Amino acid sequence: MATTSEHNDLAAPGADDGPTPSGGTPVQPTLGLVGWLRFLWRQLTSMRTALFLLLILAVAAVPGSVFPQRNIDPTRTTDWIADRPTLGPVLDRFGLFDVYSTPWFASIYLLLFISLVGCVLPRARVHLRAMRQPPPRTPARLERLTAYRRLEVPDEQVEGTLDALEKSLRRRRFRVHRHQPGTLSAEGGYLKETGNLLFHLALIGVIVGVAVGHLWGWKGDAIVPEGQSFAKTRFDTFAPGPWVDDESVPPFTLRVDRFHAEFEREVTGAGQFGMPRDFTAYVTATENGVSYEDEIKVNHPLEVDGATVFLLGNGYAPVITVRDADGEILYSGATPFLPQDNNYQSVGAIKVAAADPGLGFHGWFLPTAVITAEDGPQSVFPDALQPALALTAYEGELFPDGRPQSVFRLNTDEMTQLSDAEGTDAARLWIELGETVEIPGGRGTITFESLDRFAGLSVRHDPGRWLTLGAALLALGGLLLTLLVPRRRVFARVGGTGPEGRTVVTIAAMAKADDTGLDSLLDAVHDDLDPALVGQGSRAEKDEGR
Amino acid sequence: MNALDLALYSNYALYSAMAVLALAMLAYAGYLAGLMPARSERREHEKESALLSTREREEALVGASAGPTGSVESSGERVVASDDAGSSATSGRALDEGVSVGTRKLGGIAGSLAWLGTILLAVSVALRGLSVSRAPLGNMFEFAVVACLFVMLAFSLWSTRRDLRWLGLFVVTPVLLVLGVALVSWYTEAAELMPSLQSYWLVIHVTVAVIAIAIFFIGAVTGILYLAQDKVEQSGRTSFLNHFPGSKALERLTYGLHVVAFPLWTFTLIAGAIWARQAWASYWNWDPKEVWSFVIWVVYAAYLHARVTSGWSKQRATYIALAGFVCILINYGVVNLFFVSQHSYSGL
Repeated sequence: MATTSEHNDLAAPGADDGPTPSGGTPVQPTLGLVGWLRFLWRQLTSMRTALFLLLILAVAAVPGSVFPQRNIDPTRTTDWIADRPTLGPVLDRFGLFDVYSTPWFASIYLLLFISLVGCVLPRARVHLRAMRQPPPRTPARLERLTAYRRLEVPDEQVEGTLDALEKSLRRRRFRVHRHQPGTLSAEGGYLKETGNLLFHLALIGVIVGVAVGHLWGWKGDAIVPEGQSFAKTRFDTFAPGPWVDDESVPPFTLRVDRFHAEFEREVTGAGQFGMPRDFTAYVTATENGVSYEDEIKVNHPLEVDGATVFLLGNGYAPVITVRDADGEILYSGATPFLPQDNNYQSVGAIKVAAADPGLGFHGWFLPTAVITAEDGPQSVFPDALQPALALTAYEGELFPDGRPQSVFRLNTDEMTQLSDAEGTDAARLWIELGETVEIPGGRGTITFESLDRFAGLSVRHDPGRWLTLGAALLALGGLLLTLLVPRRRVFARVGGTGPEGRTVVTIAAMAKADDTGLDSLLDAVHDDLDPALVGQGSRAEKDEGR
Repeated sequence: MNALDLALYSNYALYSAMAVLALAMLAYAGYLAGLMPARSERREHEKESALLSTREREEALVGASAGPTGSVESSGERVVASDDAGSSATSGRALDEGVSVGTRKLGGIAGSLAWLGTILLAVSVALRGLSVSRAPLGNMFEFAVVACLFVMLAFSLWSTRRDLRWLGLFVVTPVLLVLGVALVSWYTEAAELMPSLQSYWLVIHVTVAVIAIAIFFIGAVTGILYLAQDKVEQSGRTSFLNHFPGSKALERLTYGLHVVAFPLWTFTLIAGAIWARQAWASYWNWDPKEVWSFVIWVVYAAYLHARVTSGWSKQRATYIALAGFVCILINYGVVNLFFVSQHSYSGL
């Protein structure tokens, strides 16, 4: 993971640790345990391995975009596997539904980072030493360098020319040193290597930030109908990092006073009709006994007590009342239904545990309900223009064995479906807003009283995020430095006599990599010199020098 | 003028831009055809290139006798000598050498048409933005048009600084193709944004992404031309590529473009992560679009490394850069349309 080829030369295995042959007999080099470890370490930290690991990392990340991932969409993953009874479990064994937490994916990036550290640390040492040392000695034959100019200066001005060169180069932030009289060495662009090291070290910072967030961060999700509130004890799901203690989750409460949703009605052309336009949750937050009103939008999370509350979803929570045959209320409340598509066709369940035997309904909520001949009941618009519930009814044991179950689905393992009045077909209840419908079998009535919306809120705390962001920005800065700053050496040497009374001063420049700017650098340095010092003819040399 | 009119005029500007770009494409094609050496000229050229290659060989010999890695000084400091000697013949080659006046004029006309097409595209994008009172980056159609605008803008601005007539056809043709597909298959009515896109990060994140992609695209084009030129130079065939910059110069251009685009792409990822935390509560979700953006970043990082890894040729490194662009195409085409993603804003 370095950006010059030298590193690989350094890492060439067996370059310097083979035993020296003695006498005339060739000695087979033997690698002891230490030798082997050194060999492997050098292999691992070589550029070629880093490059290989980079490409492997790119390939390994792809399956996570092809197959559904458990951490993103567990339901879709389960369905996907269920649909493919032979292939699904095999892929699951190889972790293709949790790609980014599998050992094989982790081993790639860990190896890459070990390789990176093993490469960057020695380079940092070399770079520190280079920055303390003067530029290298002036080579003997400067005309062999990438770019050079021959200047002819009056004999008595030779020292003055070198001084002027030194001044010009120092102004260009070169470090200049004269090892011997009549020579000059300069080096500039140390920031290129500094940037390179900064970039790679900052990448480690990014990983550490991600790890901190994973270990000490937590998230909790809740579905909150209008008028209801939630606190940390009322999360629907709570996922703390392994090193989170309960104390660190702040004890605030949040009430959703009202939820506003708006959908596209004006533009009826392709792709836009019914698209969401605005979601706003108007909330009242209470922290440390102080209450205040605020709003949460999709791109405007709310900071509460060290945590951040995001609006990630929304839907409808029909207020439903179930009465028994005597008119006594068995169930009443806003019941969230989970949207399944862009028209908010939503599934949900009503579990009337107070009834005996238990009574359960499940089915669809349709905000703008239409019944068509082909598709039956469906929603054609996401806003609540013509809301209706389409339910089927069951009776029996609602919570067999007391196992936890989804609030949106009915476990019908130990329930029987209620039939319609004729007793021939399953009963289908169609309830529009404000309507009351008889439950078959004389079990009472069910009323669709009113319609609330719910807000899907997520509360997150990620203590590593600033480290991650800071490190990422540092990496970007380092990247810019290493890609844009040229590392160059400029040399000058006095040598040879020119035409009468003049001495030749050769200046030359070189770079580690391809550098098309060397000629213009020499031109600029040349232009800085007093024209009186420098004879003609130096220009003519230039073209030849390329 | 109301919003509907603006959207309509935006489309008219887009049609005009496509017509003008089609003309530019024809002119560029004519220009390249004019670069093809005629039969009689070709014989001349062959003689010339035979001469050239002897000269090159001589130069190489001189270089070899001087020692390919330069001198070693007493201090042991190793000095890398210029490897430019061989390419001086190619990079010094003038584009217009032996090209007829008519062809040269055609090249100039093509350049002017490309400018006109760029301006019309800019007008179209501006009108679209006005008609919806926001940055026109909300769906796949708008994204494609803006990407084409940035490609043409980058190309046209760059062409004021150096002669890019040779590159014209290879930039304008794909742009025209993408505009056509965008209009036919991805057209989405002008409308407001959905809540998750209502953020100033849309402008920052997506604009920088589009600029990066535009430069990656031009880099991919010069990369392909480099590989072709490299083949031509090795075989010594006559081709219109003889009038193009030499393979070494093309390779350097390719690298230079990627050096500009890669930090922009890095910034795109960072800005995207900041926005993702605001909109989706977590800065990185391994959403398919994020996965592919990451893959693109890693592949281009591999290119930058491969280019300086000893034992890896420039050609092989360039193939990695091209693989990076294929990933961009997948990220835009396949992920938007076929994968289940939080980035599903295609409007289709």
